[in-house]
Amino acid sequence: MADCVKDGAAAAAEKILKSYSGRPLRIMEVCGTHTHEIFRLGIRNILPENIRLISGPGCPVCVTPTGFIDEAVMLALDHGCTIATFGDLVRVPGTEMSLAGARSKGAHIEVVYSPLDSVVYAGTHPGEQVVFLSVGFETTTPAACISVRQAKQKGLGNYSLLTANKTMDNAYAALKDSADAFLYPGHVSVITGTKIYERLRDEGVSGVVTGFTAGEILAALAVVVTEIQKGGPFFRNCYPRVVTDEGNVNALKLMKDTMIPVDAEWRGIGTIPQSGLTLNDSYAAFDARKKYALPKITGKPDPACRCGDVLRGECSPDGCACFGTACTPEHPVGACMVSGEGACAAYYKYGPGLALSADKENMNI
Amino acid sequence: MNGDVVTLAMGGGGKETNELIETIFKKHFENPDLTADDAAVLDFPPGKLAFTTDGFIVSPVDFPGGNIGKISVCGTVNDLACMGAVPLYLSCAFVIEEGFPVAKLDEIASAMEKTAAEAGVRIVAGDTKVAGKGQVDGVFITTTGIGRVMDGVHTAGSSAEPGDAVIVTGDIGRHGCAILLARNNFDITAERLTSDCAPLAHTVQDVLAATKNVHVIRDATRGGVGTVLYEIAHQSNVGIVLEQKNIPVNGEVKGVCGMLGLEPLYLACEGRMVIFAPEPEAPAILEVLRRGKYSEKAAVIGKVISDYAGRVIVNTEIGSQTMLPQPGGELLPRIC
Repeated sequence: MADCVKDGAAAAAEKILKSYSGRPLRIMEVCGTHTHEIFRLGIRNILPENIRLISGPGCPVCVTPTGFIDEAVMLALDHGCTIATFGDLVRVPGTEMSLAGARSKGAHIEVVYSPLDSVVYAGTHPGEQVVFLSVGFETTTPAACISVRQAKQKGLGNYSLLTANKTMDNAYAALKDSADAFLYPGHVSVITGTKIYERLRDEGVSGVVTGFTAGEILAALAVVVTEIQKGGPFFRNCYPRVVTDEGNVNALKLMKDTMIPVDAEWRGIGTIPQSGLTLNDSYAAFDARKKYALPKITGKPDPACRCGDVLRGECSPDGCACFGTACTPEHPVGACMVSGEGACAAYYKYGPGLALSADKENMNI
Repeated sequence: MNGDVVTLAMGGGGKETNELIETIFKKHFENPDLTADDAAVLDFPPGKLAFTTDGFIVSPVDFPGGNIGKISVCGTVNDLACMGAVPLYLSCAFVIEEGFPVAKLDEIASAMEKTAAEAGVRIVAGDTKVAGKGQVDGVFITTTGIGRVMDGVHTAGSSAEPGDAVIVTGDIGRHGCAILLARNNFDITAERLTSDCAPLAHTVQDVLAATKNVHVIRDATRGGVGTVLYEIAHQSNVGIVLEQKNIPVNGEVKGVCGMLGLEPLYLACEGRMVIFAPEPEAPAILEVLRRGKYSEKAAVIGKVISDYAGRVIVNTEIGSQTMLPQPGGELLPRIC
């Protein structure tokens, strides 16, 4: 566990964080994997009360709107399509049912690990019409693009994408009033590069890119606290070992050549202009919405669910009346309780934080 | 016969059944207590007996470090060992899918022979059924075991006490990880990674020879060490604090877990015990374990406290404390 040893940098960062005595700060971790690691490492439990971490909208499953699930259910049940999907999406509630519910009514759902697996599946099952549920940010979207390119090359007429791909840059601007600074996502930044963060800084939005080890997360939080005290918007790349200015040029080109930006609905946040991606005209034959002439569907999420407020950082998961009662990982009401990266699921699994007793001494081993 | 496949006639009780029994099962399981009669007639030493049964439906039937035969003996032998019992006798019942290769069955029986011999247990009764194609997946095995509980040993899941040390007998999560990769769904290879599947009868006997002052022994199978810890925390109504940096996890398991977002504490083991004993006994127990064939990497991973009853707390690598997530959700199907 080389990276898990409390090294000098992590200890120094911890000292800076613990000694912070300024105004209350809200720092939003955007990435679902950050949310998960922050809980796993117990980082909230060592921060002073005036530093609050907010879990943002960086779990692709959590921001996928109800209407998207309704479209997938319609393709599965009314059009008889085989739905190829990441496992997390299967239990996300739609207006009337989840894909798991559709499966019990006879829908064929194939769980895949990568969009490339779903093209292979389509190739070996020519009698089925396969639709891949294409969700995800810049990390996942390139693989979906490769999958349609492969399908086109192979002349597969039985493969299409139902797209709900999203890009992060416009989301930061939409969420900028929810936080004093962002912990920008590490993996997404590997693809996008850091130029967008410099642009955001110039627009007054602050943040740092960071990785996923304890040392990296703590160091990034310490940088945020230090920079905020200096005043003025800032950007720092605290993950330079993999995140560059330009990003992954090939992946960016691939997305640009295969997809076009569209307005996109984010669960709980609403429509963010030009924050989605869908297939461009060259790949229109692989766009499930066009192929099956799907009607425009507006999903109706459960009104009691506060996933949207949670995603905007306006409500902590345990502030929702459904949390832990009507809504559990076994029976999720909202998407944030489904994915392992969702804020509600993480709260549920790890607890809101331990109120440490006087017995703390006794807990040292 | 070894080039053949199992047919429905081999489960019919006639000539073909006898041939299968003679060439496979009798060949591998032969011992004075295994007869052609309807039941084994056995001598038992005086004292308390432990008695247990377990079904095995592993997919795939072969995996790095073992096969369903080996695991079917280990699982039952280890359950007996948890109660401080020296395993004496096993029975085994096979349900075989029509078309299953006889040569594969021979390998499975051979693994059972070897593992039983190592654990010092005799297979004294058995049954063979053949089911139609598609009615079972390959082969399912049920084993039942009887053992003699060592005098002065009283282990139970409800016996953990504040002040107990929590010991694991080796690095965790290898079986679950090996099975996951053997299914080949993820395009990930880890050539040196094998299942930890092992019979732990002697491991436990060695510990109990060193001290009988042991409160709980439980084998971490499905659900892994994390599930065992929550079970004991509930049954004994105590809290458990783990020291993350002391939990032994092999590098490949750590890598696979990192890639797939899995927690090693919740991956299955098939050759690992979790032992709760008063802290002063821990050094002697560790010393014995570290000399053992299957327990060289034994470690104290935590301790029992009276606070936080029913919960498992982790002292993390950065010195913070967090709760180990409760077990739940989908476990890997068909791992043991």
